[in-house]
Amino acid sequence: MDLVQLQRQLVEYRTSLYHEGFLDEQYTQLQELQDENNPDFVVEVVSLFFEDSERLLNELTKALEQQSIDFKRVDAHVHQLKGSSSSIGAQRVQKVCIAFRNYCEEQNVEGCLKCLQQVRHEYSLVKTKLESMFQLEQQILSAGGSIPM
Amino acid sequence: MGMAADSEFHVLAVDDSIIDRKLIERLLKTSSYQVTTVDSGSKALEFLGLHEDLHDRIDQNTPSVSPNNHQWRLQEVEVNLVITDYCMPGMTGYDLLKKIKESSSLKNIPVVIMSSENVPSRISRCLEEGAEEFFLKPVRLSDLNKLRPHMLKTKSKDHCKEQVDEKTAFPSPKQEGKEESNNNKRKATEEGVSPERTRPRPRPRPNGITTMV
Repeated sequence: MDLVQLQRQLVEYRTSLYHEGFLDEQYTQLQELQDENNPDFVVEVVSLFFEDSERLLNELTKALEQQSIDFKRVDAHVHQLKGSSSSIGAQRVQKVCIAFRNYCEEQNVEGCLKCLQQVRHEYSLVKTKLESMFQLEQQILSAGGSIPM
Repeated sequence: MGMAADSEFHVLAVDDSIIDRKLIERLLKTSSYQVTTVDSGSKALEFLGLHEDLHDRIDQNTPSVSPNNHQWRLQEVEVNLVITDYCMPGMTGYDLLKKIKESSSLKNIPVVIMSSENVPSRISRCLEEGAEEFFLKPVRLSDLNKLRPHMLKTKSKDHCKEQVDEKTAFPSPKQEGKEESNNNKRKATEEGVSPERTRPRPRPRPNGITTMV
């Protein structure tokens, strides 16, 4: 695939992620903070998000496996996940977190377990998509091109 | 060209989220500020030089050291603004704001609160306690444009008091009142202790602190 085709593919892919609600305006803000002096900023922040989210998902799983669930603790983890997903523009993850917090407040175990499953799913989707997008970007850069905005 | 570089302004950013710390650091540096990030309110206070329990570490031979409300300034670092997350484990951003405003040496440092939650009562509580601004997360570059006027105010205050600083280099406790004017530029002074100290002066650099230039 030539450079122009790669660039076109990237733009299309990225646009679809916004249309499907995987990413929102905040992701654009992140891109705007990246420049020649900080060329890896977006990848770095997103990588931190991946690490942090995996940690939180593990904590959530453990917390919800307990005989006696500490909903305050579960809520605290969800709050963190909601915050970080919002900070990088991972809109679908953020939305599930909002529903998740409501179930925590109601101390609804079923609801929480359902949301945990959903949030894992949404997280895994956005991770795969972002990684694909980063790969495309890398291909373009390696071919000597620049990332279209 | 022309304008004095904003890198003369140093902002202390406080947030327990590593993602948000990275974000706010980039936002602030893009706005040409010097940035230090810490992950908790207590580390922020340590960085600002506020050790309320330091009297415990001093040996018995140093008299006239009052345990309460005693602010030790161990670091000669000027902080022109503190921007802190509201929701943090342990000390919240509100608690940190209060401690800063209650401190005679730090109260003139402008404080800005950030929060992911839009709670009107929370916002008014913070503003009433002396916060200059309340930003909803995620914070944007445009929000940071509001910071400069607050920092400029304190900067010009400092400049006028430069003369007073030298005369009150080693104040006795009674003169502490006069030191209140040079809030932002703190000296490593120790009240009630003679200059010829035999103990080395500790300069702790706690973990979890990244100072970016």
